[in-house]
Amino acid sequence: MMHFLAVYGWSLLGKTWQHIYISGISLGLGVLVAVPVGVLLTRVKNRVASVVVSIASMLQTIPALALLAFMIPIFGIGVKPAIVALFIYSLLPILRNTYIGMNDVDPSLKDAAKGMGMTNWQSIIKVEVPLAGPVIMSGIRLSATYVIAWAALASYIGAGGLGDFIFNGLNLYRTDLILGGSIPVIILALIVDWLLGKLEVAITPKTSQG
Amino acid sequence: MKIAFLSMEHLNKTYSGGKVAVDDFSLEIEKGEFVCLIGTSGSGKTTTMRMINRMLQQTSGTIKLNGKDISELDPVKLRRKIGYVIQNIGLMPHMTIRQNITIVPKLLKWPQKKMDERAKEMIKLVELPEEFLDRYPSELSGGQQQRIGVVRALAADQDLILMDEPYGALDPITRESLQDLIKDLQTRLGKTVVFVTHDMDEALSLATKIVVMDDGKIMQVASPDEILRHPANEFVENLIGKDRLIQARPSITTVGQVMLTNAASITPDKLLKEALKTMHDRRVDSLLVTDDANYLKGYIDIEDIDYNFQTATSVGDVMHDDVFYVQSDSLVRDTVERILKRGFKNVPVVDSEHRLVGIVTRAALVDIVYDALWGDDDKSESKADSSQQGGAAQ
Repeated sequence: MMHFLAVYGWSLLGKTWQHIYISGISLGLGVLVAVPVGVLLTRVKNRVASVVVSIASMLQTIPALALLAFMIPIFGIGVKPAIVALFIYSLLPILRNTYIGMNDVDPSLKDAAKGMGMTNWQSIIKVEVPLAGPVIMSGIRLSATYVIAWAALASYIGAGGLGDFIFNGLNLYRTDLILGGSIPVIILALIVDWLLGKLEVAITPKTSQG
Repeated sequence: MKIAFLSMEHLNKTYSGGKVAVDDFSLEIEKGEFVCLIGTSGSGKTTTMRMINRMLQQTSGTIKLNGKDISELDPVKLRRKIGYVIQNIGLMPHMTIRQNITIVPKLLKWPQKKMDERAKEMIKLVELPEEFLDRYPSELSGGQQQRIGVVRALAADQDLILMDEPYGALDPITRESLQDLIKDLQTRLGKTVVFVTHDMDEALSLATKIVVMDDGKIMQVASPDEILRHPANEFVENLIGKDRLIQARPSITTVGQVMLTNAASITPDKLLKEALKTMHDRRVDSLLVTDDANYLKGYIDIEDIDYNFQTATSVGDVMHDDVFYVQSDSLVRDTVERILKRGFKNVPVVDSEHRLVGIVTRAALVDIVYDALWGDDDKSESKADSSQQGGAAQ
């Protein structure tokens, strides 16, 4: 263990940072796109919404490796195709949770908001998104865990990250490298999930003085 | 021409699929009225109400608020001027009571100070402690929440308040106290209220005008008294309920319904001798004096005859013309007290043209008061009792 750290310590730190970087950007983009789209879906016809959600589900079913491979002809190899692929993966859970969360807001509250004279936008910002916040957040948490796990595969198309250790280990039959890559991925996923969990609590609207 | 505060003309609402929810609904509402829309579920009452703040768009017809066609107004601005209270209360769970009360003022961009003052004013209005302002809705009971729901609709000085079965989900005791509250606020603040309910008791106790709806059509528009007295058709009668009609009888019975029609009367040109004979024949101690066309002129009693028998000759010479009378179509409820207080043995009843049509005796009043207190069921008993009372008095 100490020996492993002594030899690979700096490289491990670098790869971990790469890993965080790739997943962070993908997830960030995923949130930026999926949350507004999810909100928008609650304002269009049900049929349109279900088509969009189905498309996102379909994208989710493409095997991760295949999706990464698809990206090579379009974006070449390296970090960029990996981010795009992981971004696509992050969309569905966020999109679906946003849509469900928004739709689950008590209709009488939406009715009251509208009836009191809130514009559509005011109703979304002041009432619906705050109340759907926890559900949206749990979608983001789910996506984050997926993205961090799958980012390991991105090493396959030359994006770097902790996947490098795992694939090297697999090629060289070196268990220490496989574990040295996997364990940090697991720890990273757990830490991020824990942090986002904290964030979820923080954005959950207060409903009592507690 | 006078412009009604809120007028609805020939409103129709047809949903896609051809279901007619509201069918040729026309109604004028004056400022300060408390209008209850009542009907069974599916009668179109809520649909009608929701068209007033454009939560629904009518298929045809116009709604005018202060003479202005609301379809030409910005719906968002319109809704901010109209208070809105719904059955499920609809307080925002993530906002404090203070924030909830000031939602509309905030949308109207009032300064913070004014909003704080208004929040305090409003919570006082519904008799809740000021500490509640910083609580969240989940920390209040259902009744307290709906009190906040009500003042939330008043906080921005809305003149017109729409209420959609606001008390439907509350227990009877809480409901009653909230009914008192809204009635009091409405009269005190001069608000106009359109109140949707399916509870006839609620409508009867709150409304100044009841609109009975069935199947999208207006069945009857009338005041609570009128609706009890003259239900327009069988549907309205059923909606009111037999029990209520019977219960309501003492309060809606007219004098004409309880009077005796065989009042002893005489014309002024008759001789006192004749008057005495009539009294003797009818076994009464006073006579009502009417002219040939039966107009009530006055009365004469046995003392007058006894005292003036030597000097006067005709009834007209000695009759009293300051006779106390009641109209036959006035409500017993309103007149019984007046009659009893003045201590008359009997009171003549006239029609709208001042013609004598009957007489109310104190014995008849005893029956009425008895019925009012003990109801209709033991009518036979009441008869027996009242005759006993009479006996005891003599």
